[in-house]
Amino acid sequence: MSLLNINALKLSIGAAEILHDVSLSVDAGQITAVIGESGSGKSMTAYCVNQLLPRGARAEGKVQFNRQNMLTLDESTLCQMRGTDIGMVFQEPMTALNPVQTIGAQVAETVLIHGAARKVEALKIARETLNRVGLPEAQFPLSRYPHELSGGQRQRVVIAMAIALRPKLLIADEPTTALDVTTQAQIMDLLKRLVQEDGMGLFLISHDLGVVADVADHIVIMRKGKVVEQGATAHIFKHMLHPYTKALFKASSHKPDRAAQPQNTPILEVKNLIRDYALPRKSLVGSVPTFRAVNNVSFTLKKGESLGLVGESGCGKSTLTRAILGLEAIQGGSISINGQEVQAGHTIPRALRRNMQVVFQDPYGSFNPRHKVARLVSEPFHLLSTPPKGPARKAAISEVLTAVGMHPEDADKYIHEFSGGQRQRIAIARALIIKPELIILDEAVSALDVSIRAQILDLLAELSDKLGLSYLFISHDLSVVRAITDRVMVMKSGEIVEEGATEAIFQTPQHDYTRALLAAAPSLEDLMQ
Amino acid sequence: MLIFTLKRLLSLGLSLIAASVAIFFVVEIIPGDPARLMLGINATQDAVDALRTQMGLDQGLLSRYWLWVSGLLQGDFGISYTYRVPVAEMVQGRVWVSLPLALYALLLSTAIAFPIGIIAAAKRGSWADWLVMGGTQLGVAIPNFWFAMIMVSILALKYHLFSAGGFPGWDEPLAALKALTLPAVVLALPQASILARVMRSSLLDTLSEDFMRTARAKGRTARGAMVHHALRNAMIPVLTIIGLQFSFLLAGAIIIEKIFFLPGLGSMIFTAITQRDLIVVESVVMLLVFAVILVTFLVDITYAMVDPRLRRRA
Repeated sequence: MSLLNINALKLSIGAAEILHDVSLSVDAGQITAVIGESGSGKSMTAYCVNQLLPRGARAEGKVQFNRQNMLTLDESTLCQMRGTDIGMVFQEPMTALNPVQTIGAQVAETVLIHGAARKVEALKIARETLNRVGLPEAQFPLSRYPHELSGGQRQRVVIAMAIALRPKLLIADEPTTALDVTTQAQIMDLLKRLVQEDGMGLFLISHDLGVVADVADHIVIMRKGKVVEQGATAHIFKHMLHPYTKALFKASSHKPDRAAQPQNTPILEVKNLIRDYALPRKSLVGSVPTFRAVNNVSFTLKKGESLGLVGESGCGKSTLTRAILGLEAIQGGSISINGQEVQAGHTIPRALRRNMQVVFQDPYGSFNPRHKVARLVSEPFHLLSTPPKGPARKAAISEVLTAVGMHPEDADKYIHEFSGGQRQRIAIARALIIKPELIILDEAVSALDVSIRAQILDLLAELSDKLGLSYLFISHDLSVVRAITDRVMVMKSGEIVEEGATEAIFQTPQHDYTRALLAAAPSLEDLMQ
Repeated sequence: MLIFTLKRLLSLGLSLIAASVAIFFVVEIIPGDPARLMLGINATQDAVDALRTQMGLDQGLLSRYWLWVSGLLQGDFGISYTYRVPVAEMVQGRVWVSLPLALYALLLSTAIAFPIGIIAAAKRGSWADWLVMGGTQLGVAIPNFWFAMIMVSILALKYHLFSAGGFPGWDEPLAALKALTLPAVVLALPQASILARVMRSSLLDTLSEDFMRTARAKGRTARGAMVHHALRNAMIPVLTIIGLQFSFLLAGAIIIEKIFFLPGLGSMIFTAITQRDLIVVESVVMLLVFAVILVTFLVDITYAMVDPRLRRRA
């Protein structure tokens, strides 16, 4: 008998049925990975196990844990089991911790709630558990607050809270999605080690096949509230019986066809660019300390070329983007657009600025929700000296919407009526409307599901072929960069450490940091072979 | 925390200096000669000049500012133009009515707002929530002078539970407290309504935070998670409102003071303005500004105690 047995589980919230006949199991000491795109019901299945469901949710069927059906237990029994028998780790480490309590208090809380020990003893257990998850006392005393830690370190604290009482089952809901690749690899290693040491069952939820592929013993593929396929990891990778599984694999390693050839004339030239941030003063006298976020960066982007920029969070890639776009003043160096140089201390003239547009990561946050699509898309017109008016404006809007695969009628809708993928298409339309030569894509596909991501990548490839666009493609996702760029730059601590043709870099990386990045990044292609 | 406190103290000092300069010069540019005003239009020019010298009005702006500020620091607020008594004495009697009244009202307001705000948030959408939301809406909408009159006519005139007005002085503490009760309740009602609504919405925001789910996953009950994790995080906006309310209650109670015949600061300032007793206006305004800045300082310190993230910024 497995540790956790979910049998014919149905879940409805209000009138909508979210889960239909979900059955799966998790064994002690084993990792079961549940894979699916957003809306597949993978997280809801997990919340059925510890019964932390949203209001108005009704679950039917059986969730057999430790010979008890979790669906029939009362709230006080469930409270006793949460934290003791079932631990949980969440996606967003930045917000999963209480900002006003120390990490020691929060880990010890798990022990104290369940009366497993007195305060002194609980703090001792907290200390031991934090040591176990790789947060030694010297750098991470119990008195630290969450805001003093990085994302990866916070995730370790969350894991420590979940395993403090050595639960039999650990649920991890996208535990590494918000983290950098190298941190992601470390957290996955940690989870794997804990499963082995404690003989826990791990219910691992992910949207990323690559991440779970080499740790999971068992894989469950979900789609629209149903399990479409499940089995031992090796078996699934070998056979892939269900068409959706195949499609999912294919989309994960999708490579769009690109015909565009870079020309020799540069569209963007960045020379010795420097960007300093002012830090808070340490004393009342003396100069304001600064932090150099971008240090002496130079590169050239040719017409029709797609250039990748990869690096981990905090490496300065977003700062570099904002500097190029003229959103922030630079402290040194120059930026040339179409051969016209703008030195530090000068603003980019509008006539030049109109050659560049940007698409940001968050398709939900980057639109004003009170404006209609027509107004959102035509916003860049303010960069033109004579923006089109009346029918010409309408025609331009229809044209770009059609170009990105939307309908001209969508112009009269509001942004909340669209899905994430559609919104990203609208964001691209907004970038295209003044016919720029360069589009900067700042993590533009990172928030999208793999199948949608594949579609957007195809769209980008098609547009660059048709319009001769250049792309500066910024991403932390190495497989996407590999699929869509001609050349790639690797950035670390504000500097470009390596630059070269994409395939060459991926196959024979020269710099140690690039090697470390590539080693940490999960690659499906390697696994399939 | 120590550096944070010192920085806040420094900013408190600078604010006080800026405020004193502003108040002094605003009062200075108001036309009219106080000496002439005190002596009346029939006084001789010699008499007026003599009085001007006596009051130091013939000196330069800077030295008069210095005289005023150094006087304030020593507790010498000057002599009232109208009543010819030291302003400090006039203020002293009034402060001991207005300050206790403001504190009393604030205490009531918090004591009412916290529990009902918390209940409304915890039982969101229930009848209790509806009752709180409806009641507080009414509490904000009712004009306080009207509510004061209703209270007086019912509790004082009909049932004789309280006196309709007046203040017996602090020689009889219980009687004084009783005299302040009705005005405090009247003042507290709208404040409590606002505070309860802020408490509710702030708590609701906090309840939907990720760390609340984390707390539940650790095994906290819904109530335990609320008490141990939500309340402290929800306090920041509530503290801001409490700070603002105290400043308002201290000087803004003039209508209520009039209705209940209370000898408070509000009515004193009002009289001083109508009588052009500018030295009283100047000093009392400075005193109120000091109180507001002090409260702001205390609120800032409390913020930092509540939220460790604020300690680094200053």
